[in-house]
Amino acid sequence: MSAHAPEQPDIPFWRDERYLNILAQILVFAIVAGILYSLWYNMNRSLEALGLPLSLKFLKITASFDIGEKLISYTREDTYLRAYLVGVLNTIQVSVLGIIFASILGIIVGVSRLSTNWIVSRLAGAYVELFRNIPLLVFLIFWYQGLFLKFPDVRDALRLGDIYFSKRGVAFPWGIPTETFQAYLYILGFGLIAAIIVGVVLHKQGEKTGRMPLIGFWSPLTWIVIGIIGWFVLPQAPLSPTIPQLPEKGFNIIGGRVFSPEFMALLSGLVLYTAAFIGEVVRAGIQAVSKGQTEAARALGLNGFQTLRLIVFPQALRVIVPPLTSQYLNLTKNSSLAIAIGYPDIVHVYGTIINQSGRAVEMTAIMMATYLTFSLLTSAFMNWYNKRIRLVER
Amino acid sequence: MQRKWLAIFAVLMVFSLVATACSGGASPAPSGEKVVETVIVTVEVPAEGGEAAPAMGANTLQTVKDRGKVVCGVNSSVPGFGFLNEDGSFSGFDIDFCKALAAAIFGDPTKVEYRPLTAKERFTALQTGEIDVLIRNTTWTLTRDTELGANFTATTFYDGQGFIVRKESGIKTLEDLNGATICVGAGTTTELNLADTFAARGIDYTPLVFETADETTGAYEEGRCDAYTTDKSGLVARRTVMANPDDHVILDETISKEPLGPVVRHGDDQWYDIVQWTVYATFTAEEFGITSANVDDIKASTENPSVKKMLGLEGDMGQKLGLSNDWAYNIIKYVGNYAEIYNRNLGPDTPTYIPRGLNSLYTDGGILYAPPIR
Repeated sequence: MSAHAPEQPDIPFWRDERYLNILAQILVFAIVAGILYSLWYNMNRSLEALGLPLSLKFLKITASFDIGEKLISYTREDTYLRAYLVGVLNTIQVSVLGIIFASILGIIVGVSRLSTNWIVSRLAGAYVELFRNIPLLVFLIFWYQGLFLKFPDVRDALRLGDIYFSKRGVAFPWGIPTETFQAYLYILGFGLIAAIIVGVVLHKQGEKTGRMPLIGFWSPLTWIVIGIIGWFVLPQAPLSPTIPQLPEKGFNIIGGRVFSPEFMALLSGLVLYTAAFIGEVVRAGIQAVSKGQTEAARALGLNGFQTLRLIVFPQALRVIVPPLTSQYLNLTKNSSLAIAIGYPDIVHVYGTIINQSGRAVEMTAIMMATYLTFSLLTSAFMNWYNKRIRLVER
Repeated sequence: MQRKWLAIFAVLMVFSLVATACSGGASPAPSGEKVVETVIVTVEVPAEGGEAAPAMGANTLQTVKDRGKVVCGVNSSVPGFGFLNEDGSFSGFDIDFCKALAAAIFGDPTKVEYRPLTAKERFTALQTGEIDVLIRNTTWTLTRDTELGANFTATTFYDGQGFIVRKESGIKTLEDLNGATICVGAGTTTELNLADTFAARGIDYTPLVFETADETTGAYEEGRCDAYTTDKSGLVARRTVMANPDDHVILDETISKEPLGPVVRHGDDQWYDIVQWTVYATFTAEEFGITSANVDDIKASTENPSVKKMLGLEGDMGQKLGLSNDWAYNIIKYVGNYAEIYNRNLGPDTPTYIPRGLNSLYTDGGILYAPPIR
């Protein structure tokens, strides 16, 4: 208490706000820790009573169930761990594709809403209001049972060029990797390095001369040219095409790559739903750029597209990126609704594993950790991007 | 001022919490201050939060009696076994065993709370004490009996897994299903049998797995799958609720043994015995020819010591189980013997008719055999 000014009366510590503040922090921590401990203790006692002490050894046990869709080889003889990995990859597949398509569609919708064309802007507005106001689960079920399961049987599949729509899914022409595929991957890797070098060189040159060349054009072009040359230089094309065909007999389309109705319903549902939100984010971002900027750009003689690309978008991005990150996280988490339509994502496989192994606590912890990792990685990347594009202030 | 009071209150909360956590709530807080002691009462709530724990090892019968009803985990979508009717009531073979249990304990078959569960939820619900007994066409396997913390009491229905296909598909055997997509329920033994059998026979297939029986059969009916697989009893039952039952045919082949029956948690032997002997009482009643119609007459006139013991006229069979001595009488009176339960739900007069086959008494060529009640 020596810090006190002499004329102040000595107050007891329980009325001294400085001590109370510190004490409050400690207390909150202790309360939280106490509650968590009691829950943990309670759970352990219950599990022991059931003869199921916490352990991760079960992950090495043979899973002995099959999974319909898989990106890696998996049979019933593989372990629970691998079964879970199949689910994780399925979630990643639908999330990554979903984020890409939702971003593209969202930007189109957002820009369309601001269009001076009355019909275009109203259509975009109607789209946003429709999709953002229907619960995603309801929409997914409707989409799956109402659209993808209403396609005809395999033998009467609808045909659109070489794409077939049937109850067994949507079949696209696809490429099967041949012996030279590995070599081609190296060529693409080499092309990527070359493209980066070209970009760096051009950037340096631009800084020297003061006239920045179109890096965004030359650099990808380098990669594409190397890719095309590589394709034809190899003795055998790295991918051999496979075209879907209707079966004479049997249950499935022959050849091509078939995306199941469950996957298609989930992907399109997530994309349409999230794009409505992204559209609003984009619109808000563009409108946040003051009108004076556009007017100044037009006064300088930039055309409409140039104004959008060079003046409006770079500034709008700063407003768009943070809420966009949330939408990406939402899309990834919403993919867990796959459970309702039978797509084997993380939650789906998790449920089966729990039921066959009885390890609910462990599996739930693993699943939560997985989603947390996805979300943190996505937001780390978006934060890095956000930092890169923010306004440089001096 | 308010902030300070809040802070002080928080201090007390934590002191008492730490005190309870350390002492496990057994002894009062070391501090003698009166204020602290009063607060303990409020804070013990989080410590008791996981009420599941007492239900684990402890006395399920007492919990059930205090509650005044049995919480029974059931199916709500398999007609004949466990089905939620349009008026909100439950009916079926499994449901009747829930009623029999309530009759044995309370002398009143209505004292049941039905908890509809999916195949996937059921064991977690049982483990956590959310339900007292699981009677939901559940197959007895070694893994479930051990690792899932479940105890299978008795088999009420001997079943086997089969397949249903569309008639027009011309599929006759499992080999015809090569390359097919097969709909199956999540978290079932059928999912595992399917994988095992098809791998052993080298038949290629794609499983399509759904949470509920309605979703699974829905996808099958839409033509998403070429076949739907589950226990044969389930196939018979589900076919009755399909749009055109005659368009579908059940394959002859049976690929597994599926003994179905009530399940309880590990660790409460008395409760296990009650559920088990409730089932055996229905077998025994059929064996003695006692039905809900004649049970009163037989009780009044019987000279058979075995029947007397069962109906509580002699000895204290009920009390040995922790129940009243007329437990078996109540089961028969209010629910009936095994044959009555079977015929009510799966007999020739019902849409879900399944010949009794294995599910006849051992005296009639089946394998139902109850140990003596004595």
